[in-house]
Amino acid sequence: MTRDEITAGLAEILEEVAGVNPDDVAEGKSFTDDLDVDSLSMVEVVVAAEEKFGVKIPDNEVQNLKTVGDAVSYIEAQS
Amino acid sequence: MSRTDVVVTGLGATTPLGGDVASTWDAMLAGRSGVSALTQEWAAQLPVRIAGQLAVDPANLLDRVKLRRLDRSEAIALIAAHQAWADAGLADSGLDPERLGVSVGSGIGGAVTLLAQDDILEASGPRRVSPHTVPMLMPNGPAAWVGLELGAQAGVHSVASACATGAEAIALGLDMIRAGRADVVVAGGTEAVIHPLPIAGFASMRAMSTRNDEPERASRPWDKNRDGFVLGEGAGIVVLERAEHAAARGARVYARLAGAGITSDGYDIVQPHPEGAGAIRAIAKAIADAGVAKADITHVNAHATSTPVGDLAEIKALHRALGDHPVLTATKSMSGHLLGAAGALESIATILAIRDSVVPPTINLDDPDDGLDLEVVAGKARQLDIPAALNNSFGFGGHNVALVFTRD
Repeated sequence: MTRDEITAGLAEILEEVAGVNPDDVAEGKSFTDDLDVDSLSMVEVVVAAEEKFGVKIPDNEVQNLKTVGDAVSYIEAQS
Repeated sequence: MSRTDVVVTGLGATTPLGGDVASTWDAMLAGRSGVSALTQEWAAQLPVRIAGQLAVDPANLLDRVKLRRLDRSEAIALIAAHQAWADAGLADSGLDPERLGVSVGSGIGGAVTLLAQDDILEASGPRRVSPHTVPMLMPNGPAAWVGLELGAQAGVHSVASACATGAEAIALGLDMIRAGRADVVVAGGTEAVIHPLPIAGFASMRAMSTRNDEPERASRPWDKNRDGFVLGEGAGIVVLERAEHAAARGARVYARLAGAGITSDGYDIVQPHPEGAGAIRAIAKAIADAGVAKADITHVNAHATSTPVGDLAEIKALHRALGDHPVLTATKSMSGHLLGAAGALESIATILAIRDSVVPPTINLDDPDDGLDLEVVAGKARQLDIPAALNNSFGFGGHNVALVFTRD
């Protein structure tokens, strides 16, 4: 899966869970500061991403995933 | 010392009869039923397959992402509260948030969320349980959401007294303003438990009508052939305001909330006291608290849920506490029984009856019970001069709440 494909997959999840416009989702964007994803929605994003990409994202990793790009890199490395 | 007067300056509701107060009131005056068949697949196995389902689905009104965080009882409480808030004209009034309180309760709370998340837990494990579960199922959720969205900082309270909840929440709002803790209180009740488990529970108590083939005729308070209540869902919210505060801002006043009476039976967990002792005391306290003459109370919106025992116990209590002059109605014949929202919706019906000098009908009263020896407006609405009116609500647990509203 390419980085663009993972970003597009995350954009779908972010739209479903938090109502984020997919056009706003890019690797440089911060989940909390730019995309307005709060802590409870972030939990939903992580669980949905695990399911969608077939990876495990432990809770202690989530705090390191500040940006969409961080998440893409983590998922890319795991899958 | 003169006591603080409290008036009603805003109304909001979403019910089986309509998506707002105006459409709900129109349906009541027209004598329409909001009860229909439950066509959901899960209903097929139940002994009860009818309910008063919301006329307007909250999914059509609220943002999809927001709805993921709200139990249905919270969503409809918000819808009704925003209607009442707009109706009261308080949005840009400069009201100090520290003088704004909330008192909104639910009889059963977020049971549907609890059950849905339990299904997820069983099927997919704990990690799939929504992080929004707790704020969705907590009993104070509806009040907390209303307080959050309106910015209330004088205290947010969530009363729970089963089917007396909506009325008791309004009574608590009256107390808050009289005690000087708030100038405005957004008060009422909400309920949304049309789900197989609560229905099975009530049905196992033999408390519900099983007139599945005639949904619109199933809720029939005081009729000889009544066979139990019909579950309804909905929310009713009123804006209570210190009278001087309302006058100072030139607010439109619907009615005065003149008094409240709250008692407990101390008798049985579900059966009302056979002589209606607790109800009699609640009505008497409300009348005394309101300082009105019994003769001025020309109308009663009764609790009357269409159960064999409860309907007549209330009639006895009204005789003893009020006399034989008031003209009664049971709007549950049309809306079904909204449990924790019932007292709030029926307070709204009582307030509008006073405003419009009209009593909405009790439908399906085809063959009045022999024990019904008070006058009931049956079938069609009737014009009536109503200087003051009483609204009764009683709940499992032996809760009795009576509210008196007056025109001036």
